[in-house]
Amino acid sequence: MDNKLLIAKSESLWNTNNKVIFFISSLIILLFALPLFGLNSFYLHLFIMIFMHAVMAQSWNVIAGFSGQISLGHGAFFGIGAYATSFFYIEYGISPWISMPFGILISGFFAILIGIPMLRLSGHYFAIATLLIGISFQVVFQRWDLVGAASGLWVPMTSEDSWIALQFHRSKVPYYYIFLIFFIITFFIVWLLSRSKLGYRLRAVRDDPQAALSLCINVSNYKIIAYVISAMIMAPMGSLFAQYILIIDPDRVFNIEISIIVLLITVLGGIGNVWGPIIGAAILIPISEYSRIYLGGTGGAVDLILYGLILMIICIFRPDGLISFVPKDILERKKQR
Amino acid sequence: MKILSVENLSRSFGGIKANDNISFKVDEGTILGVIGPNGAGKSTLFDLITGYTKADNGKVEFFNKNIFGLSPDKISNLGVGRTFQKLKPFADQTLLENVMIGSFVKEKNIKKARNKALEIIDFVDLIEKRHHFARELSTGQRKRLEMARAMAIEPKLLLMDEVTGGVDQKTIPGLVELIIKLKKSGVTIVTIEHNINIIMEISDNVLALDQGKSIAFGSPKEIQNNKQVIDSYLGTFDAA
Repeated sequence: MDNKLLIAKSESLWNTNNKVIFFISSLIILLFALPLFGLNSFYLHLFIMIFMHAVMAQSWNVIAGFSGQISLGHGAFFGIGAYATSFFYIEYGISPWISMPFGILISGFFAILIGIPMLRLSGHYFAIATLLIGISFQVVFQRWDLVGAASGLWVPMTSEDSWIALQFHRSKVPYYYIFLIFFIITFFIVWLLSRSKLGYRLRAVRDDPQAALSLCINVSNYKIIAYVISAMIMAPMGSLFAQYILIIDPDRVFNIEISIIVLLITVLGGIGNVWGPIIGAAILIPISEYSRIYLGGTGGAVDLILYGLILMIICIFRPDGLISFVPKDILERKKQR
Repeated sequence: MKILSVENLSRSFGGIKANDNISFKVDEGTILGVIGPNGAGKSTLFDLITGYTKADNGKVEFFNKNIFGLSPDKISNLGVGRTFQKLKPFADQTLLENVMIGSFVKEKNIKKARNKALEIIDFVDLIEKRHHFARELSTGQRKRLEMARAMAIEPKLLLMDEVTGGVDQKTIPGLVELIIKLKKSGVTIVTIEHNINIIMEISDNVLALDQGKSIAFGSPKEIQNNKQVIDSYLGTFDAA
């Protein structure tokens, strides 16, 4: 065996950058410690929204960033998750912790059902089809009496804070920690996925499906797998959101805006990169909240104009997202030239 | 032993017969060169054999197993690798990642898959470029990448579409050497080539196509002297 090959083989599998490990560890500690500094309700809400949207965008990143399928109806899985916990809690008193996995399974089931025919389509056709699927869910739930039709579901409030019922009235801090834990778990799941055999194969499907076929990859099956994983990551956010606001209706949880915002966050942060959704959510959600607060009342939709302008600038000057500002050697494997 | 047997393979696109009753056999451990002018149906033949395009009729056997009508991933899983005329690297992934995707077929363990990929990359003489993105590689290097990636699935039969096409003259000898090295490693090769000198040098047998039809099949010497081949394609052959 020649020397160059020996050197190549001796390289570590993942050139783990100590700076990144230190950064991640510090960030996690900081995020856990943050409520101890007495964050007010608004900031807690802001962080909760960042965590929630980062997970939702991470979900979208799996189907779009890893396997290259642009889904415009991903809000459907958010809605399924929201309705699953609320419905079972209202009707049968089942704790959201128990019904949440059920919502995840239902989302996965629907992803298979939708994915089998839809993922035969590609490119714009798939995007348009998923857009219509997303809208269909909203329309069906608006007319479905069993789940409250257009009025939606009102989750009965518990008299006290309850971990079992996942309701906290005195402070948002428990919600903060719950969303934070889901955010961290999702990050590591997607991080592991990106480094697994499945991750490699999904990227092959994204980059060139024809070439992937020549490497024994059943492209359709892998697209469905990505779609199911993606849907199953999305659903628990719907469940937690429903418990957070306690009122859900089709216009709120099946809204097309949900599908669009997760797309924008991922594109802004960097599509196909595990850090992209986090960066995108950390920037876009505060901009969205602040512009709504300070400019939303002007009546001229100035907040939305500003929001759109920022996105246009990013798309023109940084099409790979804000992650492209970070040198690749830091976040990815070190390139040895 | 016959590794590949093609019988009466046909495919029409509208009124054009891209492949018209093509039949040939390939012995294990040999190189079959496929020649023909542009539009002769060479790449279509590869697409029909590997399942990328559905044939209208015919029969394709790989080690006496009928693979006609199977999907490309199933055919590749049986041990039929291929490269493409229009290169299809996974552009946003490194050379190592490209080859690892192939080596995952036989190696489930990520470290073993990586080591196997590195050995193949070393075999195609690109070890120093392993961490380069595919899009950063030259055409010749991307040809090697495709060969390495196809080799990673440990094919018994490798179909290579114009390996030396579109590369500079300096790169060609290295690629030819690589094809010979591949044959010596035990892989049976079917290769489409426009460079007749190369085909005559490396092939055990040659299949000549013209306007979708097989016009000759035989040893390079037989093909060289075949009047129909000379008329339709070769013109004057430079034996040097």
